[in-house]
Amino acid sequence: MSLTTPDTYMADDPAGDFPIVQLLTPEGERVSHPEFAYDGDDESIRELYRDLVLMRRVDFEAHALQRHGEIGLWPPAQGQEAAQIGSGRALRKQDFAFPTYREHGVALCRGVEPGKLVGLFRGTELGGWDPNEHGIALYSIVIGAQTLHATGYAMGLTLDGAVGHNDPDRDAAVIAYFGDGATSQGSVNEAFDWAAVFNAPVVFFCQNNQYAISASTDRQTRGPIAQRAGGFGFRGMRVDGNDVLACHAVTKAALQKARDGEGPTLIEAYTYRMGAHTTSDDPTRYRETAEVETWKLKDPIERVKRYLQVQGTPQEFFDALDAEAEVLGKNLREACKALPEPDLEALFSMVYVDGETPELLEQKAAYVAFRDGLETEGTPA
Amino acid sequence: MTKMPLSKGLNAGLRAAMEADEKVLIMGEDVGRLGGVFRITDGLQKDFGESRVIDSPLSEQGILGTAVGMAMRGYRPVLEIQFDGFVYPAYDQIVSQVAKFHFRSAGKVKMPMVIRIPFGGGIGAVEHHSESPEGQFALTAGLKVVACSNANDAYWMIQQAIASDDPIVFMEPKRRYWDQGEVDLDHDPFPLHKSRIVREGTDATLIAYGPMVKTCLESADAAAEDGVNLEVIDLRTLSPLDLDPVYDSVRKTGHAVVVHEAAQTLGLGAEISSRITETCFYSLEAPVLRVTGYDMPYPPSRTEEEFLPGLDRVLDAVDRSLEY
Repeated sequence: MSLTTPDTYMADDPAGDFPIVQLLTPEGERVSHPEFAYDGDDESIRELYRDLVLMRRVDFEAHALQRHGEIGLWPPAQGQEAAQIGSGRALRKQDFAFPTYREHGVALCRGVEPGKLVGLFRGTELGGWDPNEHGIALYSIVIGAQTLHATGYAMGLTLDGAVGHNDPDRDAAVIAYFGDGATSQGSVNEAFDWAAVFNAPVVFFCQNNQYAISASTDRQTRGPIAQRAGGFGFRGMRVDGNDVLACHAVTKAALQKARDGEGPTLIEAYTYRMGAHTTSDDPTRYRETAEVETWKLKDPIERVKRYLQVQGTPQEFFDALDAEAEVLGKNLREACKALPEPDLEALFSMVYVDGETPELLEQKAAYVAFRDGLETEGTPA
Repeated sequence: MTKMPLSKGLNAGLRAAMEADEKVLIMGEDVGRLGGVFRITDGLQKDFGESRVIDSPLSEQGILGTAVGMAMRGYRPVLEIQFDGFVYPAYDQIVSQVAKFHFRSAGKVKMPMVIRIPFGGGIGAVEHHSESPEGQFALTAGLKVVACSNANDAYWMIQQAIASDDPIVFMEPKRRYWDQGEVDLDHDPFPLHKSRIVREGTDATLIAYGPMVKTCLESADAAAEDGVNLEVIDLRTLSPLDLDPVYDSVRKTGHAVVVHEAAQTLGLGAEISSRITETCFYSLEAPVLRVTGYDMPYPPSRTEEEFLPGLDRVLDAVDRSLEY
């Protein structure tokens, strides 16, 4: 059996056997779809546009902070703004999101302060926010692990009776984010299975950004990701991941289905990571310039801007947004540098809810004595 | 006092915990209608329903991974891993997720969960059914590990573990499931994370947990016939270790032998030996000795009587210690 990649891989042909939902073309034209429609007005599209622009600004600023040595690492999300904002804005307050480490836009949608996003990467903390306060779990570094957490949380919603009442304030759903690479993990496939078996109110949102670090999607799977759901007994669909209107419409429908007690859905958002996997890798080693240039033409922000311009949105709106982004960037730079340095002594008490074990108490005392001894020795007479 | 086998002690403890707190859920393979392959959850689904005693898909990583989400939602999952050797597909979720959530969320997220693992050999089982992985969890910061050795502890420790807000790996000595013991249903239980002197003696200290406690007690009985008076300590808690009673005992006897089924190298005996040496150096009249499984995968069951520490190997180690 050959381990070479078959040339029939359908991901290369998103308009092929597995149709793709699109509501706004790369040229900024609204198009209709027989099943899904964006139900907001132009004012709401301006709000989505604002989210897209601000998310990109946060991403760029954090990237720059890494280049200035203020944070150690950053996973850039340029190109994936529509997938994240479109799905993130489809969530209700009582819903819960389980992200990977790249869902900066989703976190912003959930009200996480931009400065909180960089603490993990600056090394001042391992999380950064209260998951219960924001309805979004901490970033998950282990690939795919969070899809099982999402499924279990969704099972908990069912046990709590939080689905199926046709009550917009009560019914809740879960969304699990992951990438194309994660579909190779057992955990993701187990999450699909459990969600189907227990009819869990969870939406699996795969951002197929075409690369798992350097390995392209055809190194992960030989069939369309969206099609996989069918084998587990629920619906999968593919959406233009660079189309914020389509991402919003499809996710909103899938979340509502979950809240109605009708089980899981897999959404494959077909998109592209414009930059590196993280600031540590060099994408020019594994992909062609022509490919990147092709995707530039599908930019998720530019197409909304074109649409809004054609609709007569005044230039003042765009200028004001630019100014807002400037302030956001400045605030993020300052917030990053103002993140408090962690205190190792305080961390001893974080290991267990029930307080330090005898070992931890002993080790903390030894650490404090050693540290304080060094400080005493280091003090000039 | 009521007499029952260790397995029934666990069953009664689980029942009591479920009655006390409706957020307690049991989940695992075959735990519902069958009552578990060892019948530890016998009758619980019938009385508490399918949404509280959940027959899971055959997926250990799924059991642990979904339990993380359930705990985040406010539930207290009690998970059954069917056999010790099947826990490894769930290992990543246990050590990378369950163990770390409280720490990395700076205390915002709790993981009140109990991971029950029938462990150890001695029942003539096929491979992957007789392992002793407790050390792999005891060395993982963020987890707590306990092992019961008798029916009374089974009844009380499972309830205490479920009541804990920290994740606890609960090791059950499967070869002792059918051993009868007195269970005191009325009196306050012994604390969960405390070790206990189960036989007092003066000549040497045997330190054991789980299935080896009985082996050590039998060894002490045999030694007594030869006029050697052994003290036996049931550790009960493997992480954190409670070694103060061990230190007191060793200061009294001057001789210590640690006994466990798990392999010797980097087993719990290595840590306990080191700690005794650091703490009781001037009281020791012999090096701390270990009687353990050998450094090999669990062998074919027809050899397990030789592989597992038994009465003769324990007494041989006591003799060597006393000869120093």
